[in-house]
Amino acid sequence: MSTDRAFWKDRRFRMLALAAAAAAFLLAVTVLGSVWHDAALETDFSRKNLAPCLKYPFGTDWMGRDMFARTVAGLSLSIRLGILTACVSAAIAFVLGLSAAVMGRFADGAVTMMIDLVMGIPHILLLVLISYACGKGFKGVVIGVSLTHWASLARLIRGEVLQLKASPYVKIAEKLGKGKLYIAFRHMAPNLFPQFITGLILLFPHAILHEASVTFLGFGLSPEQPAIGVILSESMNHLAMGRWWLALFPGLFLVASVLLFHYIGQTVCRLIDPGSVHE
Amino acid sequence: MKLEAKNVSFRYTEGGRLVLDHVDFTVEEGERVGVTAPSGFGKTTLLKILAGYEKPLEGEALLDGRPVSEYRGYCPVQMIGQHPELSVNPRRKLKTVLDEGDWSGDFGERQRIESGLGILDEWKERYPVEVSGGELQRFCIARALGTRTKILLADEITTMLDLVTQGQIWGFLLGETMRRGLGLVVVSHSRELLEKVCHRIVEVDRKQEKNDG
Repeated sequence: MSTDRAFWKDRRFRMLALAAAAAAFLLAVTVLGSVWHDAALETDFSRKNLAPCLKYPFGTDWMGRDMFARTVAGLSLSIRLGILTACVSAAIAFVLGLSAAVMGRFADGAVTMMIDLVMGIPHILLLVLISYACGKGFKGVVIGVSLTHWASLARLIRGEVLQLKASPYVKIAEKLGKGKLYIAFRHMAPNLFPQFITGLILLFPHAILHEASVTFLGFGLSPEQPAIGVILSESMNHLAMGRWWLALFPGLFLVASVLLFHYIGQTVCRLIDPGSVHE
Repeated sequence: MKLEAKNVSFRYTEGGRLVLDHVDFTVEEGERVGVTAPSGFGKTTLLKILAGYEKPLEGEALLDGRPVSEYRGYCPVQMIGQHPELSVNPRRKLKTVLDEGDWSGDFGERQRIESGLGILDEWKERYPVEVSGGELQRFCIARALGTRTKILLADEITTMLDLVTQGQIWGFLLGETMRRGLGLVVVSHSRELLEKVCHRIVEVDRKQEKNDG
């Protein structure tokens, strides 16, 4: 028994360490990228179209911009946007999910209909429409991504609260004379917290990928921004001329950071809610 | 206090089978009543209605002349169920189960009940999955025995336990109800248990059988 326990503890520690390393990497990219924002815009025609070398590990583009600085700056922008939009989305999800569950049948019907509406339209299509209607650019992307990503988390929270309301221990607490606040904080919060935190972190990769895609399609951030979507769509014009490095490294970095966020989310989920792994 | 079900009927789904069909039942403080019937005859449903968890379709469940489900704050009628693992929050330590009981700051009373039920201090720091079903049920019983409880409804509360533990728990419950003059309703399949514990035994017969055909 004691060896089992030690192993379990060790595994928790290993997972925590790996997740912390992933978070540190993403944080470093975010900070470095915002520091290098100007370096990413610097053009120098004496070094244009260089293949990856020691000085420019990701090569340079047709205007002589350092692709490494541009990639990191673009990712940093994506991550900051992703965190902002995921937080707004999660807040919307929390408020709507909660009000659907506690404010009676009419509110529940309205919120459920909105969830079905948002989830029924293809994500990227809705995102493009909202972003375009809000005038594209930074504002368009933030509003678009925030307004399209809350639905699944809201549904999760609604279901969880409904289930908790019907659970025997909540009904017993009511008979024991406990008030609504007591039940909300002592009984519901400990059950909702892990779901909410996991849902929030797992929103980041979605938000980042969708920001990059909508920008790639030309309905997102403006072309002068060093965004991953902009870098990738510009590189399309140069791929045919054999400049593979323009798309490969930024693309790999985007995929890597999305996977790291996903990994962190799953690890956090396993650490704070081990039982859910078996569901 | 007097708890009574008057002409109570109940069904779970609209148009479904009548689980209870015009049932009458009375229990008073200081009285111990056994309820027995085969499975599916609505014993648990009757207790849920008496405890105010469900509202009867027809008839009334009255506590001193007032519908039980209308009592706000601490309800003098408390029910202990047959699934302790569903009756406690899986994410909270067991000491919080005891904290929910009604002790009015009377720590001695709480401690007397805890030791009477054989609750060990080391269990209190554990989560519900970390103790056995029998250990968990003791917490649920202690929680229901708060000072303002007048009538206790016990729904197959020891079915999952071994005979020694059953004996221990019923020994304590019997002493406790006599000492405080509590009313007690015991639902069980075991005639021997009911004959030992109760003043009188009620058989729920299936009048509603006629309606099924």
